[in-house]
Amino acid sequence: MIEQLNKAFESRVRLGIMAVLAVNDWVDHSRLRELLNVTDGNLASHLAALEELRYVQVRKRFVGRRPNTSYKASVAGARAFREHLDAIERLLPKI
Amino acid sequence: MSEQDHINDLGHIRGLMDRSTRFLSLSGLSGITAGLAALVGAFAAREHFTSLYFDGRASGMFESDYLPTRWVTARFDDHVQFLVVDGLIVLVVALIGALWFTWRRSERTGQSLWDASARRMLLNLLLPLIAGGLFSLALLFNGSILMVPSATLVFYGLALLNASKYTLDEIRWLGVSEAALGVVAAFWPTAGLLFWALGFGVLHIFYGGLMYLRHERGQGAA
Repeated sequence: MIEQLNKAFESRVRLGIMAVLAVNDWVDHSRLRELLNVTDGNLASHLAALEELRYVQVRKRFVGRRPNTSYKASVAGARAFREHLDAIERLLPKI
Repeated sequence: MSEQDHINDLGHIRGLMDRSTRFLSLSGLSGITAGLAALVGAFAAREHFTSLYFDGRASGMFESDYLPTRWVTARFDDHVQFLVVDGLIVLVVALIGALWFTWRRSERTGQSLWDASARRMLLNLLLPLIAGGLFSLALLFNGSILMVPSATLVFYGLALLNASKYTLDEIRWLGVSEAALGVVAAFWPTAGLLFWALGFGVLHIFYGGLMYLRHERGQGAA
């Protein structure tokens, strides 16, 4: 049972990122930082880890003259997140 | 990880999903302001109508009390004009109140007034609302003025119901109540003004008060 829990989501921040991306399309870096209440560097390293796993898609573009980076859950990321939630559910006693 | 950790994780996930998709800074005080403005507007409309009615009676304009006859008068356009201006003033006051109190609340909660959830909520509110507004204008131009209160209430209720997915839960119940009241009003067209006062006045004050008590009081709100 335990092995079905995804190691990638052991971090609160990563779990939080996936939760936000599960219900929103393209969320930018500053909005994620504001929602999760973490520092820029902390958020960036967790996002890089999720990107490495191909759980999130990244889009870089300019809004006016400022660079803007947005993230979206990939199909694989959304599935991994859902499976992780299912695994948690199975670990909890039935109500 | 223990069971309690998992429960905490689920709560954390749920909270983030909520905060990232819903606009939670909507202030109940804006509902109360809108409700008071609507009650004053409805009262002004009633006074205006009553004075027209007695003027008309005094000059022998009305043969009977049967409503359709008494509406077909030279003063009818005057009254419609008064109602439209009256309604617009109420709308402007309500919007200013909503913006002001919601801005104050967002300063306090720290949620931006114009973030992705606010935009999504407004879009979902405005689409049915604009359709309803145009529909009500068509009713007005076609002489079906008696159905206007019902149409505005039904469309407003459905617009709120639609927007409620992206904001506080009370908005859902406000929407359902407005739409239900609008449907009842459709079967009782001569009491339109009363239903208008109930829907835009009393219901706003009731749900605005409920939102204030549940979400704002005790958070340093004044």
